Amino acid sequence: MNLYEVIEQTAADLYIRALEDIPEDVRAALKRGQKTEEAQKNDTANQLMLTILNNIEVADREGMLVCQDTGLPIFHVTVGDRAPVSITELKAALARGCARATRERPLRSNTVHPLTRKHTGNNTGQGIPVVHLDFAADSDEVEVVIAPKGSGSENMSFLRMLVPAEGIRGIHKFVLQCIFESGAKPCPPVIVGVGLGGTSDVASALAKKASCFRKIGSVSDDPEIAQLERELLDEINRTGVGPQGLGGATTALAVHIEWAHTHISQNPVAVNLQCWRGERAEALITASGEVRLPEQTVLTKA
Amino acid sequence: MADYHLRAPFDEATMRKLQLEDRVFLDGTLFGIRDATQHRIFDEGIPPPADLNGAACIHTAPGVRKRPDGTFEKVSIGTTTSTRMDRFVPGLLEQYGVRAVIGKGGLLPGSVDAMQRFGAVYLAIVGGAAALETLQIEEIEQVWWEDLMPECLWKFRVKDFGPLIVAIDAHGNSLYKKVQEQAAANLKAMGYA
Repeated sequence: MNLYEVIEQTAADLYIRALEDIPEDVRAALKRGQKTEEAQKNDTANQLMLTILNNIEVADREGMLVCQDTGLPIFHVTVGDRAPVSITELKAALARGCARATRERPLRSNTVHPLTRKHTGNNTGQGIPVVHLDFAADSDEVEVVIAPKGSGSENMSFLRMLVPAEGIRGIHKFVLQCIFESGAKPCPPVIVGVGLGGTSDVASALAKKASCFRKIGSVSDDPEIAQLERELLDEINRTGVGPQGLGGATTALAVHIEWAHTHISQNPVAVNLQCWRGERAEALITASGEVRLPEQTVLTKA
Repeated sequence: MADYHLRAPFDEATMRKLQLEDRVFLDGTLFGIRDATQHRIFDEGIPPPADLNGAACIHTAPGVRKRPDGTFEKVSIGTTTSTRMDRFVPGLLEQYGVRAVIGKGGLLPGSVDAMQRFGAVYLAIVGGAAALETLQIEEIEQVWWEDLMPECLWKFRVKDFGPLIVAIDAHGNSLYKKVQEQAAANLKAMGYA
């Protein structure tokens, strides 16, 4: 196999793996949530969390998909500056991998034209898969992470151009309003991704990186941002929205904030929610075409 | 909170008995419907080719594999967000006698009223728990309107299907509404009114 065939195969494998195998950090957070509901004697919430954990076990045991929503494939790819790859060919190989996984597993295809609603049938199309590119210094490897995001949570995406006068309190208020309005729809407990600062497009992309590509337990390396992550998580879980929006103490499993500097007269805040499944799978491809499947995510800062 | 094992078709008295947060498990027949199925029934005015009187209907578009003999093998069957299909619920209850709608995300006030009027309930399933659901569906018994694939009208045979939580009862109560009201009060107490 040449390097692009390896990338194609890896993309196909990761797409399926992300849908079958919940990451360890998400499993651990769900277990903690269940224990909390049990301790607080929230019977319905506890029942819902136990059902979620049972569902993950069934998927493991039977080799089944965790959720029927096979999502839209979103990749976060970090290319080493010495990696022997063409970026256009890399993107084409990722798309071929998605189409192959859809055909061979088979996976439900969700990809349609936004006006005609006509299906492409293979989970690829114009602009799909989504590929976010990053570059790493002093490396000849390619790191590929996929999050095939379902629509229940993606439909709960928000952007607000706050004015600086609204201050930090404005950020709290907006994020909590998003959680309140989303209610049961994004399949809570959710992972809350917040993109703070930059411009409107950057804030949205950062929110996606925060919700889908950071490991639960990771903390922002900026102490003030890390404090905001902790405060928001506490406040969100005090709303009482709970698992599946049916009440309880576990509305969010984590709050992740990714940030960028912004303009003196603006403060963009984007919120992207990820459902309890927290689907994510990753691999590292070396220059010689060797594929490693690490348990850790390089993007995490924990 | 009580536990019930129920088998469709349901009668009105059974539905009226159910209270918020009761746990329900289903055996027997369950129909699958989604957006396109209901566009055909209500917007195109084509009556469903199956008797939905007393039925339980779940909001789903299954992932399936077609066998050589034309029947369907289940791959992944899960539940989608109900609010998107809220406007069809009163019609399902009034015109076709559906007694239970199963989904995630809840329904809007108009449907809560319709459930009270016609004696029906909304049963919440854990959204995303498709592996468990697929296991609890024993067989895809019949499929109508294959041109709408995967949003056909599906007839499943299920066993111990659940746990389902009574989230809207037949007396005008909604657990979603209760939780939203409590959340609004909690936000106010935190100073974010």
